[in-house]
Amino acid sequence: MTLTSKTSPATSPAPAASLAPSRGANPVLKLVTRILDWPMAGLQRLIGERRMPYVFLLPNLVFFGLFVFVPIAINFVYSVTGGPALFPSERPYVGADQYSYLFDCGSYVDPNTCREDHFWRGVYNTLFFSFFQVVAMVGLSLLTAVVLNMKIRGRGFFRAVYFFPVLLSPVVVALIWKWILQRDGLLNAAIMGLGGERTLFLTEPGWAMFWAIFVSVWAHMGFYTLILLAGLQAIPSDIYEAAEMDATPRWRVFWRLTLPLLWPNLIVVIVLSLIRAVQTFDEVFVLTGGGPGTSTLMVVQYIYETAFSNQVQNFGLAAAASVVLGIVLFALTLAQLAFTQRKSS
Amino acid sequence: MAELKLTDIKKSYGATTIIHGIDLAIEDGEFVVFVGPSGCGKSTLLRIIAGLETVSGGDIRIDGQSVTNVPASDRGLAMVFQSYALYPHMSVYKNMAFALENMGLGRAEIDQRVRRAAQMLRLTDYLDRKPKALSGGQRQRVAIGRAIVRDPKIFLFDEPLSNLDAELRVATRKELAALHGEIGGTMIYVTHDQVEAMTLADRIVVLHAGRIEQIGTPLEVYNHPANLFVAGFIGSPRMNLLPARVTGPAQVTIGDGSQTVAVPSTGQASSGDAITLGARPEHIDVVDESQADLVIAIDLVEQLGGETYLYGSAPGLPQITVRKDGQAGYDRGQRIGLRLKRDALHLFDAGGNAIRVR
Amino acid sequence: MNIAHLVTARRNPKGWHWTDIAAYTYLVLGVVLMFGPVLWLVLSSFKTQASLLEFPPSLLPLSQKEVVVTGYPQPLPLFTVTMEDGTKRELAQVRRIGIQAQMVDPANPSQQFRVAIDKRTPVRQFSLATENYSEPLQRFAFPRFLANSVFVTVVATLITLLINSMAAYALSIYEFKGKNAAMLMVIGTLMIPITIILVPVYLVVTKLGLVNSLWAVILPGAATPTGVFLLRQYMLTLPRDLIEAARMDKASEWQIYWRIVMPLTLPALAVLTIFSIMWRWNEFLWPLAVLTKTESYTLQIGLNAFQGELQTQWQYLLAMTVMTLTPVALVFVFLQRFITTGIANTGMK
Repeated sequence: MTLTSKTSPATSPAPAASLAPSRGANPVLKLVTRILDWPMAGLQRLIGERRMPYVFLLPNLVFFGLFVFVPIAINFVYSVTGGPALFPSERPYVGADQYSYLFDCGSYVDPNTCREDHFWRGVYNTLFFSFFQVVAMVGLSLLTAVVLNMKIRGRGFFRAVYFFPVLLSPVVVALIWKWILQRDGLLNAAIMGLGGERTLFLTEPGWAMFWAIFVSVWAHMGFYTLILLAGLQAIPSDIYEAAEMDATPRWRVFWRLTLPLLWPNLIVVIVLSLIRAVQTFDEVFVLTGGGPGTSTLMVVQYIYETAFSNQVQNFGLAAAASVVLGIVLFALTLAQLAFTQRKSS
Repeated sequence: MAELKLTDIKKSYGATTIIHGIDLAIEDGEFVVFVGPSGCGKSTLLRIIAGLETVSGGDIRIDGQSVTNVPASDRGLAMVFQSYALYPHMSVYKNMAFALENMGLGRAEIDQRVRRAAQMLRLTDYLDRKPKALSGGQRQRVAIGRAIVRDPKIFLFDEPLSNLDAELRVATRKELAALHGEIGGTMIYVTHDQVEAMTLADRIVVLHAGRIEQIGTPLEVYNHPANLFVAGFIGSPRMNLLPARVTGPAQVTIGDGSQTVAVPSTGQASSGDAITLGARPEHIDVVDESQADLVIAIDLVEQLGGETYLYGSAPGLPQITVRKDGQAGYDRGQRIGLRLKRDALHLFDAGGNAIRVR
Repeated sequence: MNIAHLVTARRNPKGWHWTDIAAYTYLVLGVVLMFGPVLWLVLSSFKTQASLLEFPPSLLPLSQKEVVVTGYPQPLPLFTVTMEDGTKRELAQVRRIGIQAQMVDPANPSQQFRVAIDKRTPVRQFSLATENYSEPLQRFAFPRFLANSVFVTVVATLITLLINSMAAYALSIYEFKGKNAAMLMVIGTLMIPITIILVPVYLVVTKLGLVNSLWAVILPGAATPTGVFLLRQYMLTLPRDLIEAARMDKASEWQIYWRIVMPLTLPALAVLTIFSIMWRWNEFLWPLAVLTKTESYTLQIGLNAFQGELQTQWQYLLAMTVMTLTPVALVFVFLQRFITTGIANTGMK
């Protein structure tokens, strides 16, 4: 049935119909939906069909420009100027001072030897957090997706249960777990009920980091599970049937068929989860406040606090740190893009 | 209704040239079919006429007006796509009315035109359906209806039947021919199927590698292929093309050179020149070996009921196809003598061009 | 093939493979882990302040039963008391003196007892402390926060849908000069979290005179690279023929976008709508930086402020957390199938 696939690209055109003004549709609705027809057609006459893409691109680019590109430029200005003033024109030029301050370290492996030790703690915490969070996230969401892809009764329900926390706000997620993990919380009650000892989960450095990762995985796993599940379901079943005819063992089917065919989706999951992990702020901030001490302080929190909540608002230093983070993220993206392109071609 | 004139149309993508300077004039009301193997540039040429592709050079005129730089939406042409390109979210009615709304016609006028087209195409009962709820043939008719309601200057068809099954294809082909008789517009039709080309066209344009190989009525193209390519492409099964050598005026030898065949003329070719002798399968008689031009051993017999095809080989020659009317009893391996009908022979010189023999 | 599997499969083709059992175990465990904490939050939010301080906590919201005893103006708390002879009686407590409690039999108010406090346990019953919900609604600006959040979410989502789909349309349907540069810009912004450019965006917003206005929250995030990507990927799957057919049908480029491409992109638009609602409803850091007046707070910022102010008043904090997550939960319950299949259909590749 090549016909079907060619003429009906929308898998569910039924809801689409409601948007298209139908015969005898509400005239007000018709007016609203067609209000731009005339001006846009006029514009097209004026500038020609070939320039129309720029018109479509313009609003988005104006927003990008105003709230991303101009700020990036200003950020550079901030990072090479000093003083507490907000407006760049009032800030004295200091050259690379902010950067050299940031990178003034006895040894880069030991944050204690750095002048701006909080920044370096943030860097190491973020690296640690990102690595384990992404590994756990990819592993668990793959496992969950594979399980959900089996012939499971009530698959829709289970899928919903895993996806549900994705919709919760970071503040809500953090408060839910803070309530459970606190000194007199449910978890301590359970542990002591089983004869264990009370543990201060959010005020012992190791535990605080563990729970930061755990809560983050808990909150976002469902989303990645969904992407992987969609990928698994897109694998045509005749491939599995062919493998069954060839008497392929289950583990081999998984390693040699499922995983390679799922690879594009896995790449998406790895990239997205890494991007999110490096940017982690709110959940951990509300859960632990970066503490105890600086043991769950992330780079982003360092930047936020340096710029906004410290007593001396050091925009220059915050900007310098964010430029460094931006460069790292950019390099990461390019590497990932190259990797994805190579794999897909 | 309009006439179309293409002058030296060229199209290239970077260093790759797809269309090498095409000149073509199509008259008002004519049904012209572009035919050729895939990749010959026929669809590109159609899309250039439609305005969906820009040209790298040349001029397109509709009714004497140059439209080379006019966008597709302003050329006043209608196109039926291979995939039909029906708007999946719109009903049949809406699909046909869409263009009319864009033209700014009044509601009554739109309704009248859509209903008339629907009547003509037996779609009246399906006007409220979505394309998804239609059969392949019905979708095809909607696509045609969408073109008809426009009352366009020229109808363009891009392999419109290739998504239909064999039976429906034949039926729709007949309907299209009838439709052209009824509304009589200028139509340009692209296909790789020579039966469609033969049955529908007033004139066939045979394209190959971005060039026009021949333009003519179906029978002209069939009876007098201008070159080896057209000879091999038009006609099914293919024309037998046998390497031959001129041995004297109006005399050639084929195969291993043991048998001389008298031909009406060898044109400019002089003795010793290599040429190609063409004979359609129906223009070869099975005869006694003593009168034969050549003798083949039968490799395969295809009995189609109404006719029989014999495939055989002779030393130094490509496989030869012979068509026999009715049901003929031959066996594999059997040796038979063949005689080429002298008045239906085709000769091609070393450059592949036809030598006029009649 | 695994021999054990072969044997069991032959013996009973419809029977349980060990992987099935493992799968269901995993899933049930998952339900407890994913759903339990939220359930615990909801249960806790209905507890009184006193019972929230109990350790170990009770599972259900319980409160001490009180009885009206003749001769006493106030209702008295009821206890189960283990008497000296080992019998148990239900007595109401009149007052507590040191480690002794003065108790009275509700059935016979003239009879009084002195009981050591460790000999009595409170009699409790299931009761919902709904005042946890009603009080913050009256005492704090909670309804205001709710209205602000709704406004931000709705307006921002509409703007996002419009400008993202326009950009995606340009980047998926057309070939034009600078297309690659534009794509690169979108990819670039994908990796720039607002955190990195927090200060300069704050400056831009200040320059535009938007500080403390809800527009300061709405506008900066309206052009989302994720949205452009998501829609573009979907639009790329639309057959080119459709666009060209529309062009042959004399549709203007805007009409092609608005009447052909948009309706056909509806599944992807639905996904972006849900994403946008989620992002905006849950947005935290940027509103935190740009909204400093209480009357312009969104729910999340309000909630965070309460967290600071009401540190000992968990009962209000929990109730407000539940109220914040309820709209999202409702959307999810009703649109769950649509959300998940929408994401699946869009592919997100």
